[in-house]
Amino acid sequence: MPEIMYREALNQALAEEMERDRRVFLIGEEVGKYQGAFKVSQGLLDKFGSARVVDAPISELGFAGLGVGAAMIGLRPVVEMMTWNFAILAMDQIVNNAAKLRHMSGGQLRCPIVFRGPGGAGGRLSSQHSQALESNYAHFPGLKVIAPATPADAKGMLKSAIRDENPVVMIEGERLYALKGEVPEGEHLVPLGKADVKREGRDVTLITWSRMYYFCEQAAQQLEKEGISAEILDLRTLRPLDEEAIVGSVKKTNRAVVVEEGWPHAGIGAQVVDVIQSGAFDFLDAPVLRVTGLDVNMSYAANLENATQPDAAKIVAAAKKVLYAEGH
Amino acid sequence: MATAIQMPSLSPTMKEGKITKWLKKEGDKISSGDAIAEVETDKSNLEVEAFDDGFLVKVTVKEGESAPVGAPIAFIGEKGEKVEGAPAPAAPKAEAPKAEAQVVPIRQPPPAPAAAAPSGRVFASPLAKKMAHDQGLDIKALHGSGPAGRIVKRDVEAAISKAPPAAARAPAFVPVVGRQDPEKIPLSTMRKVIAQRMAEVKPGVPHFYLTVDVEMDAALKIREEAKALESKVSVNDIVIKAAAVALRRSPKMNRTFQGDHVLQHKNVDVGMAVAIEDGLITPVILDADQKTLSQISTESRELAERARRRALKPQEYTGGTIAISNLGMYGIDSFVAVINPPHASILAVGTVSDRAVVRDGQPAVRKMMSVTLSGDHRVIDGALGAEYLKELKALLEHPMRLLF
Repeated sequence: MPEIMYREALNQALAEEMERDRRVFLIGEEVGKYQGAFKVSQGLLDKFGSARVVDAPISELGFAGLGVGAAMIGLRPVVEMMTWNFAILAMDQIVNNAAKLRHMSGGQLRCPIVFRGPGGAGGRLSSQHSQALESNYAHFPGLKVIAPATPADAKGMLKSAIRDENPVVMIEGERLYALKGEVPEGEHLVPLGKADVKREGRDVTLITWSRMYYFCEQAAQQLEKEGISAEILDLRTLRPLDEEAIVGSVKKTNRAVVVEEGWPHAGIGAQVVDVIQSGAFDFLDAPVLRVTGLDVNMSYAANLENATQPDAAKIVAAAKKVLYAEGH
Repeated sequence: MATAIQMPSLSPTMKEGKITKWLKKEGDKISSGDAIAEVETDKSNLEVEAFDDGFLVKVTVKEGESAPVGAPIAFIGEKGEKVEGAPAPAAPKAEAPKAEAQVVPIRQPPPAPAAAAPSGRVFASPLAKKMAHDQGLDIKALHGSGPAGRIVKRDVEAAISKAPPAAARAPAFVPVVGRQDPEKIPLSTMRKVIAQRMAEVKPGVPHFYLTVDVEMDAALKIREEAKALESKVSVNDIVIKAAAVALRRSPKMNRTFQGDHVLQHKNVDVGMAVAIEDGLITPVILDADQKTLSQISTESRELAERARRRALKPQEYTGGTIAISNLGMYGIDSFVAVINPPHASILAVGTVSDRAVVRDGQPAVRKMMSVTLSGDHRVIDGALGAEYLKELKALLEHPMRLLF
C-alpha cells in the first residue's frame, strides 16, 4: 500500500469523487489557482476546470450559503474553509440552514454538503487561529462531524462524507497535512459514525480523535514499558458518537481517559464521559478522567502553546491515576 | 492550606479506629512528634503522633467516634485557619492531590492503606461493588486500596483469590427472628474481626488434630519448688516453656504457610490466647525457648493484664508460629482449638486432674492433662505433629529435660 501524506489522501478523495459524480464541486478561498492554502486541492483546477473548482472571495458566510443553495437544488458541494477559525463567520449557514433544511421542509429538501478545513492549533498562530472547534458543530442535530487522524481515514471518510445525504462538517488536522501513512488506492470508504480501535489494550481506554491520537499512541507506548496495556479508541466521527464502541471498550478495560485538544467546558469529552457513565456504570473502576487543552486562550509563545495542549506525559499521568497506579 | 491527619492503620486487621481521647484540642500548637490522640483499634489503644508542625485547626472525629483507616480525623494548618467542607473522605479533585500530613502511630511501621468508611458508608468503585455482589462477597469486609480507602477492582480480585471456592462456602449465617423479641447487639470491632477471621480460617486452613495425655506430677513439683523460691510459675508457663523448647527441637513445626512458599522461622515465638471482654487476643512471648520460667511467668502475667486493659501494642500480638489456648481453669478436660494464622499450629490445653492410669501393670492415680494439637496440614503433617507432641510430653513429664 503506498504511503502518502494526509493532504494527498484528501486530494485523492476529492479527485476520485469528482470523477465519479459530476455533481461534486469544490469551492473555497485559494482552492483553484493557488492550489489550496494547504495544497489539498493541488491539481484539481487543471483536471476539473473552474466550473467545478471555484475560487471564492474572502466571504465565508457568502460561499457557505452558495454551497447550501447548490446542495438544495441537487449538487454535492465541498466547501473548503481555509481554517475552521474563519468558518465561525459561516456559522449561520452551517447550523441554521444546512443543519435544519431537511427538518424544516418536512423532508422535501436535502442538503448533501461537506464543509471541510483544518482545525486545532497550527503552531504559533495565537489564540484566534488555534482553536479546536469541533464541539461547536457537534452540538447541533442535523450535522455530522468527523475528524480523522490518519491519512487512510481522511481519504475514506471524505469520500463517505461526499456521498452522504446530510451536511457533514469535516475537521482536518492542520498539523497532520504533511503526515504520511499507508492509504489504499482507489475505492476506499470508511463509514461515518464508526470508531476505530487503533490499539488493543486491557487496562485503560484512551478515547480520542484527530491529532491527539498520536499523543495517545506515545502515551500507550510509554505505559506499555511500565506494564500497563492501554487501548486507544479513535472516535473518528464526533457526531453521531459510536456509543457501542465506547461502552464496549470501557466494559473491557474498566477505566477511561478522554483526550481532546479543545477546551474542557462543554467539550466533546464531556459527552463521551456521559456515554460511559450511563452505559458502563457498573463496569467503572475509577472516575473517567479528561485530558484537554487548558481552559485559557492560546498563547503565541511556543513554550506556552505546548504547555496549553495535551501531551503524552499528561495522558500517562491520567492513565496511571485511573489505574490507581500512582500515589494518591 | 490545612492538611488532613488521617486515621492511621495500627494493626494488620484494623479497618477503623475509635478516638478515645484527644490529647490536643482545636487551636493547640502542634509540633512534629507530638502525640495528638489516643485511638482504640480492634485490639488495643494506641497514641498517634503528628509529623507536621502547625496548629490543630479542626477536629473532625470527636472523642468516642470512629473513622475508617485513611479518613481524615483532624486538620493541621496555620493559626486560626478555617477548614471548609465535610470531614467525610471524598474522591480527590482533578487537581494534583495535596500532600497529606503524615501521622504515624508511635513505635509503629507506617500505616498501610485500608478500607471501610465513616458511619458504615463504604466507598467503592461501581465495578468493585458489582464484582463483590456477583461473588457474594460483603463489600464492607473488603480492604480498599484506592484514594480515601476506596475499594477498587484489584481489592475485590485480591479478596476473590483468598476466598474459598463458592461451592465450599456455607451460608455465613441464617437469618433468625427469634421468640420473645431478642435484643440486637451491634458488633464490636473485635467481634467483627473475630467473626470474619474465624469464618475464613476454618474452611481456609485444613486442620488436623492430635491428642496426647501428659502426666503432670513432675511439672507440678516444679511449681511447688518455684513457690518456695517466691516465684509464681503457673502450669501454663511451664507449658509455654515446654512448647517452645519442643518447637526448637522440631524446627519443621516452626514454619508458616505463605501461599506459594513456606517460611522457616529461626526464632521461637509462642502466642498465648487470653480471653478478654467480648473476645480474645493472642499476645506473643518472643524467644520463649530462651527465657527462664520466671521470665516467662512475669511476661505472660504482664501481657495478659495489659491484654485485658486493651493496652497491647500491635507488635505484641502479631507473629509467632504456635499458640497455646488453655481452658484448664474452667475444668475442661480436652478440646480442639482453631488455628490463628499465620500460626501453623495451636495447642489446646485442658485441666490437670487426678485420673486413674495404669503404671507397671497396676492402676495408679496421676495428675493428668490432655493436650490437643491442631495443625495446619498445608505445612505440617501428622507424623511431624506426633513427633512434636511426643517431645512436648517428654519435656513436661521430665521437666529436667528443659534444662538440656
